[in-house]
Amino acid sequence: MTTAPAPASSRPAGLRRSAEGLAHALPPLLAAAEQLAAAVQLGEHGRRRSGMGDEFWQYRPAHAGDEARMIDWRRSAKADGHYVREKEWQAAQSVHLWVDDARSMEFTGDKARQTKADRARLLALAVSVLLIRSGERVGLADPVAPPRPGEVQLMRLAQTFTAPPGEADYGAPDARAMLPHARAVFISDFMGDTSGIDAALTQAADKGVRGALLQVLDPVEEAFPFDGRTIFESMTGAIRHETKKAGDLRSRYLDRLAARKDHLDGLARATGWLYSAHHTGGPAQGALLWLFHALEGRI
Amino acid sequence: MWTIGPLGFAVPWLLAALVALPILWLLLRAVPPAPIRRRFPGVALLLGLADEDTEADKTPWWLLLLRTLAIAAAIIGFAGPVLNPDVKATGSGPLLIVADATWADARDWDARRDRIAAALADAARTGRIAAVLSLTDIPEGGPVFQAADAMTAALPALKPAPYEPDAAAVTALAGTLPEGRFETLWLSDGLARDSRAVLADALAAKGAVTVIESPRDVPGLRPAVFEAGAISATVLRSRSTVASEVEVSAQGADPGGAQRELARVTAVFPAGQTEATATFDLPPELRNRVTRFEIAGQRSAGAVSLTDDALKRRKVAVIDGGSEREGLELLSPTHYLRQALEPTADLIGGTITDILLADPDVVILSDMAKIAETDALADWVDEGGLLVRFAGPRLAASDDGRSAEDPLLPVRLRAGGRSVGGAMSWGEPKTLAPFAEGSPFFGLRVPEDVAVSAQVMAEPDPDLADRTIAALSDGTPLVTAKPLGDGRVVLFHVTANAEWSGLPLSGLFVQMLERLAVSTRPDALAADDLAGTVWVADHVMDAYGALAPADNLPGIPGERLAVEGGPVPSPTLPPGLYSDGDRRVAVNAVGPGRVLAAAVWPQGVTIEGLTVARETPLKGWLLAAALAMLLADIIAALWVAGKLTGPRAGSMAALLLALILPAMMPAPARAQALTDAETRLVETAGNVVLAYVRTGDTQVDRISAAGLLGLSEVLYARTSVEPGLPVGVDVETDEMSVLTFLYWPVTADQKAPSPAAYARLNRYLRSGGMILFDTRDADIGGAGSPAARRLQSLAAPLDVPPLEPLPKDHVLTRSFYLLTDFPGRYANSPLWVEAAPPDAELAEGMPFRNLNDGVTPVVIGGNDWASAWAIDENGMAMFPVGRGLAGERQREVSYRFGVNLIMHVLTGNYKSDQVHVPALLERLGQ
Repeated sequence: MTTAPAPASSRPAGLRRSAEGLAHALPPLLAAAEQLAAAVQLGEHGRRRSGMGDEFWQYRPAHAGDEARMIDWRRSAKADGHYVREKEWQAAQSVHLWVDDARSMEFTGDKARQTKADRARLLALAVSVLLIRSGERVGLADPVAPPRPGEVQLMRLAQTFTAPPGEADYGAPDARAMLPHARAVFISDFMGDTSGIDAALTQAADKGVRGALLQVLDPVEEAFPFDGRTIFESMTGAIRHETKKAGDLRSRYLDRLAARKDHLDGLARATGWLYSAHHTGGPAQGALLWLFHALEGRI
Repeated sequence: MWTIGPLGFAVPWLLAALVALPILWLLLRAVPPAPIRRRFPGVALLLGLADEDTEADKTPWWLLLLRTLAIAAAIIGFAGPVLNPDVKATGSGPLLIVADATWADARDWDARRDRIAAALADAARTGRIAAVLSLTDIPEGGPVFQAADAMTAALPALKPAPYEPDAAAVTALAGTLPEGRFETLWLSDGLARDSRAVLADALAAKGAVTVIESPRDVPGLRPAVFEAGAISATVLRSRSTVASEVEVSAQGADPGGAQRELARVTAVFPAGQTEATATFDLPPELRNRVTRFEIAGQRSAGAVSLTDDALKRRKVAVIDGGSEREGLELLSPTHYLRQALEPTADLIGGTITDILLADPDVVILSDMAKIAETDALADWVDEGGLLVRFAGPRLAASDDGRSAEDPLLPVRLRAGGRSVGGAMSWGEPKTLAPFAEGSPFFGLRVPEDVAVSAQVMAEPDPDLADRTIAALSDGTPLVTAKPLGDGRVVLFHVTANAEWSGLPLSGLFVQMLERLAVSTRPDALAADDLAGTVWVADHVMDAYGALAPADNLPGIPGERLAVEGGPVPSPTLPPGLYSDGDRRVAVNAVGPGRVLAAAVWPQGVTIEGLTVARETPLKGWLLAAALAMLLADIIAALWVAGKLTGPRAGSMAALLLALILPAMMPAPARAQALTDAETRLVETAGNVVLAYVRTGDTQVDRISAAGLLGLSEVLYARTSVEPGLPVGVDVETDEMSVLTFLYWPVTADQKAPSPAAYARLNRYLRSGGMILFDTRDADIGGAGSPAARRLQSLAAPLDVPPLEPLPKDHVLTRSFYLLTDFPGRYANSPLWVEAAPPDAELAEGMPFRNLNDGVTPVVIGGNDWASAWAIDENGMAMFPVGRGLAGERQREVSYRFGVNLIMHVLTGNYKSDQVHVPALLERLGQ
């Protein structure tokens, strides 16, 4: 199961199909909920403790304060005491997705490779498929599409992901609409100014939101295989940098890239998030697996 | 034209532009390569990074050098450089170009013509008038000067002649040279001629004479002659400095009539000699076939010698003294003579008077004494005849040559002869002594078992020793010979049969006769003999030694051929073969007495070689080099700019290759595209493919295709045979050797294949193919139906073995399924296959006979199997078979028959080998 072809993912249905194809190989994702929040809503997701829900959890001896109607008479008839049938507390988790739609994501170093945006959308939707299949509620980080359960939400997300890219060179997540104690996934190349992501993550941490940062990079951005006299331009052409010997810049560029990754990693650690880099040259499966584990909360 | 060494420049002032090169160098050095624009999101990380190397990026020195060289090559190229510019001091005044144009020129005639063309081109450039004169074709009134261009146009018509200049004509030319002074360019063939000096002196008197002569040797071949029983061809050369070897090849028709080389002999020139001899010791059969000798590898009439009657079969008359003992063939005095001569000579018989009228080359008299026609015979010998006599009882008993020498006997004979080794004598039969040097038999091996028991004895005479050409071991003469006029008389002192000696029984006898009989005819043609005859050219030879049929050449009086030293070829007597009735005479470019010598030129004549140093314009090469360097510069510039190494380098390199490769490869290799038919053939050859014969009836062909498709599906599903799609075959055109099985539905109006198609069908059947003939008429009748009659006529030319109705134990009944009948859409037609051998026996313990291997080449029936097998595109049966379930059962059995049939084709009688199972089991048990 490798990446879906680029043309298919440019149509909503095609994108969804390739995302489902990618999600097909994984077991349904059960997102761990570490913290209960007031806003939790019942769902088919057990919290491994007694509470409100549909699934049987345990019988416990009745004690003072239990209402008579709570006693499970069938179980109690088998013994001397009275037993109360408890159900597992089931709750659905909200997951916010943010996929960078800036122009820098449209880059690919090779025509045969997906653009970073394509790969990011695919991963986001694949995670959405897994989450929705396990009963979670998935939405975007901005108020456009708040988290909702159900297959219909997948259609909505797919449509949002296939909207034309934004005008900005580099994007920053918008953490305002995130529900408290929800989970979040930010997918971007994080090439632009770090102040946006710093602010968003700080804000998210304030709300108790935890999640994963996935940095999607093209192999060319990782290798910097340039030489000679070159003018580098951003995707919109707004930012440019001229050099006489591009080859001389390589090591310093790579240093800066490593520093950017360190910064993101440190930021993620400080806010209780998880960070990983993913290259469009490799298969998407690895990144999805990582997201799967990250949302389970344990790696 | 401005020259430096071997280089000249047409536009030298352009070279001044070379001064600009250092400026160009500085300019190019100052301009760095153009930057590339790249979209790159990581630019945000690059902001603020300054270049470590603040110096401007310079173009590398080697790229500068490449560009400078390219510009320099272009400048020099446009300056028009020429290698070996033709700046020879040109002469003035009219130019006379004299060419010998003989056969000796033929081998390098193109070079000579080029040299003349170059001389004419020079003359045209300087506006000189010129004349071209061929000494073998001197025009009436001598050469006429014309504009050099006009002469150039006539140059292709100038050809070498197969003869040499006529001395008289050349001498006459020396007296009628044009008025005024002119220069002469003489292209000599390198052979010495008396007339040459006369003309050279006359020309030198008119102006400078330049002789152009190839330093190569001129070889020639004299006509081949018989010498001592072998053909010897004398090879000549014009220069005698060093020892060398030449190969002479004898050519003639092989028994198939094709012209080919029959023998090849190497002749060795010792240093200082201009003559060498190649001796061909050929069997008479080969010798009679030789039509020409030629020096191998030489294209010239002088290197070819045609043969004529002189090498042909002799006419030999054999006369005996009359036999009183009739009916004893082996004792006949002439039996062994006839046996020996018949293969190589034309034998004639009769009385001496009659025979002499027939003008034989040889007359052989066996034991004849008291010859009445002595004078006539002596006259004949005197004219060159060879008289061979054998002794015998009659000659021994006669007194011929007793008292005085008989003109027709080489020696005087003693009365009575002698007998050695007989019952009444001492001693043993005598053997032969080795042949002495000088004897015509010298070199022949003397067999041990030839013994002479009786002979006639020669009277000792002063010249007996000279006349003895073979002797016995005790020194008594066995064969004696004496010249008589132009001819010779030879006497064998024994009989021509085996009575007196074992000589006629030995191979030596034949060899001796060959040596004697073949060396008879004089090669020189006698003027008297040819007087009054008219000879017509059959074939004439051109200067290159090639024979061509002669058309409409006037007849030649015989006297011209009978010149002393051989006929001299001339324009009216070109070399070739001339015939008068049955007689043929060859006229060769090099006569029998010809001697070749190198030409000697008088003082004051400039002698040059033939080669011309050609002008070589270098402009094209230099411009091409400049272009190539600029092309290399493109690649190098891209590489320096990083466009060949960064991303998208692949597309750039591909673009470059697309641009450069066509330029590098003027003739692109064409992919060998298979035609449709070839693709189908490969497909057919690689798989088992069922094939059907296209009858021309669309419906029948469609059913055949569908039927074989159905059978293929069944085979695929049930057996390990995986056939490809069925193919339709046109027996006229398609290749059948790749097919395994051919289904041939017979229609009443089918066209019979051509004989060639039948040949291919027979080859197909012989090589293991099988044809299933289906008359498709089992519903309406048997052998009398139109389709069956058509089948009979169609199959008549086929190589079909005897047939029989399919026996119950035929391997077709069990090659895959066990079957008892073979229905198709119809069920009641018999099936005919190749008849089993009549001696086939019932195998022990088996229900079938012990049959040999082999697949029946034809199966004939009329059950319309294709219709039963046929399926449509949905895999459903196309035609109903029978009724209900029974019908489906019949279809199933017909499929089984198809499977059995294909299995039979593919595996042969492998199932028949089951007869050996008990024996095998028994052996395994042990």
